[in-house]
Amino acid sequence: MSLELLQGNRACALGALAAGCRFYAGYPITPSSEIAEIMARELPRLGGKFIQMEDEIASIAAIIGASVGGLKAMTATSGPGFSLMQENIGYAVMAEIPCVIVNVMRAGPSTGLPTSPSQGDVMQARWGTHGDHPSIALAPSSVREAFDLTVAAFNFAEKFRMPVFVLMDEVVGHMREGVDLAQVEPKEIVNREMPTVPPEWYEPFGNPPSDVPPLAPFGEGYRYHITGLLHDARGFPTSRLDEIQPWMERVFRKVERNHDEICMWEADGVDDARVLIVSYGATARSAKHALKIARARYGRKVGLLTLKTLWPFPEGVVVQAAERAQRVIVAEMNLGQIALEVERVAGRGKVMRVGRADGHIVTPDQILDAMRAV
Amino acid sequence: MKRHDQGTYEYLRHHKKFPHLWCAGCGIGIVMGSILRSVQNLELEQDDVAVISGIGCTGRMPVYLDFNTMHTTHGRALAFATGLKLARPEMEIIVVMGDGDALAIGGNHFIHAARRNIDLTAIVVNNTIYGMTGGQSSPTTPLDASTATAPYGHSEQPFPICELAMAAGASFVARSTVYHVTELDKLVERAIRKKGFSVVEAVSYCHTTFGRLNNRKTPVENMRFLKESSIPLRSVEKEGAELPEDKIVRGVLRDVEKPEFTELYDQVIERAHGPVPPRKRRVRRGWA
Repeated sequence: MSLELLQGNRACALGALAAGCRFYAGYPITPSSEIAEIMARELPRLGGKFIQMEDEIASIAAIIGASVGGLKAMTATSGPGFSLMQENIGYAVMAEIPCVIVNVMRAGPSTGLPTSPSQGDVMQARWGTHGDHPSIALAPSSVREAFDLTVAAFNFAEKFRMPVFVLMDEVVGHMREGVDLAQVEPKEIVNREMPTVPPEWYEPFGNPPSDVPPLAPFGEGYRYHITGLLHDARGFPTSRLDEIQPWMERVFRKVERNHDEICMWEADGVDDARVLIVSYGATARSAKHALKIARARYGRKVGLLTLKTLWPFPEGVVVQAAERAQRVIVAEMNLGQIALEVERVAGRGKVMRVGRADGHIVTPDQILDAMRAV
Repeated sequence: MKRHDQGTYEYLRHHKKFPHLWCAGCGIGIVMGSILRSVQNLELEQDDVAVISGIGCTGRMPVYLDFNTMHTTHGRALAFATGLKLARPEMEIIVVMGDGDALAIGGNHFIHAARRNIDLTAIVVNNTIYGMTGGQSSPTTPLDASTATAPYGHSEQPFPICELAMAAGASFVARSTVYHVTELDKLVERAIRKKGFSVVEAVSYCHTTFGRLNNRKTPVENMRFLKESSIPLRSVEKEGAELPEDKIVRGVLRDVEKPEFTELYDQVIERAHGPVPPRKRRVRRGWA
């Protein structure tokens, strides 16, 4: 057994490397800079490439370029940098380029509280870039999960040819927990599909049964065009409805039909709960503690649904769990971003928000107070 | 697969719908021709060539070319290209941008790519206007010119593109015009061959927007303007005089040897990991 006191950010970086990440481009920003520093040290040791770009916009552009060149690529940032990256994130969606973007969330808006946590970018991860588009965002609530969900993010990015977000928060990013490194082999590594047809027949944006066209890297004999304009199956710009509509439908279908695989959560005592707590990230740790106290001290039938996937929103499991409960408490470090989704699917009357956006973690006491108010 | 007798026509994407979208008389097609003739003379394999662009009329060039092509976001082409170059250092990556794309929104990426001296070839087609969007001012629009966003006359000074590139660290900087095609061909070829960050400013014009607003409505008038308002560098150097401010100075303004970024990073990998396998570089013919 090799137990190591591992920082969340470090676990994220190690997860990326274990998933096969061999390119990192980033810009320093608290509380994510450790990820860049660790990648700067570890990537060249594996023959990978690290570059500190001049800003976050250049960072996301560079990881897209490297991914087109065939490397699994990642960047990490916080709120202000995440805002800057949005335009090129849309480019990665439109061009269907796999990449991973880690956002170690801090209190905002604007410069906010650089060293304090929040979960304030949840909605931005869903709708930050302009236009209609799907999104995949994962939220670790422990150091071990920072490793596992970063691996999962790479697998989803490669499998579905899209950018995937890992939404950490400053607490999970900077905390240290004992992790047994011998136990942290990823169960599965997914790589993007290569074309099996000759170059003349290759359709980089075609419509195969899986809904995800294979992605040939530049320089290997498959020459094609990538653009941010709406395009046809060959990548050429188009404004024809009969080419645009199927593309839009397919890009949404990529995520929708794989909903069950992408949505991950942990359920504790949800089946017979009168009061259900829904939480994620660092706040889920407070919720777990509140759960323990509520059951032990008050004998309450309380359940906790810890979301590991925030987008697509795990509607099915939330509806099911909320149905049986009298009250649903949504605890998060923002003023009601996931709560909006829970209210939408479970009904506003049932849902109670326990939120804060002042740079402090939601405490178990805050959650217990909400339970007493039921 | 070498094709020594391949005409530049062969490098066009024949299954892409032609005719192209540029106005009759535009200079961008001339720059495109220079790039294709350079690829042919250097005997580069099409699979080894990438052409990356930003947004604007110049940005519409890559789609017509049978290479590895990317049409990216406004101003960010050099950043995308930096990532691709690090992933595929053996590729020849040509980045085509307009003056607004490269120097307004893209200004930061321009100076940092130059600072790194990363082995990319930046071709900036400078028509001193934002043509695609209807003729608004650009960072190279001359003082007092009339534009869509300067209806009373432009009140700003233009960037000197080549001087900016040199000050920022580019190892090869050259300028010509779309009138001086033979010279432009030679400069583009040298720029691609050069190992380091090379900049070619291809001075052009937009008769449709800038020309219409500034009394040079036709392509011929603009070509005449380029011919008459430019001088070769060697004639300036002969006089021993300073570079004249009111003339377009044509020629190679800088060609120096300095460490190139991807090779420096290979050394980093060696220090961290051990010897790096030799880069599979395609043979560059015609090396002077």
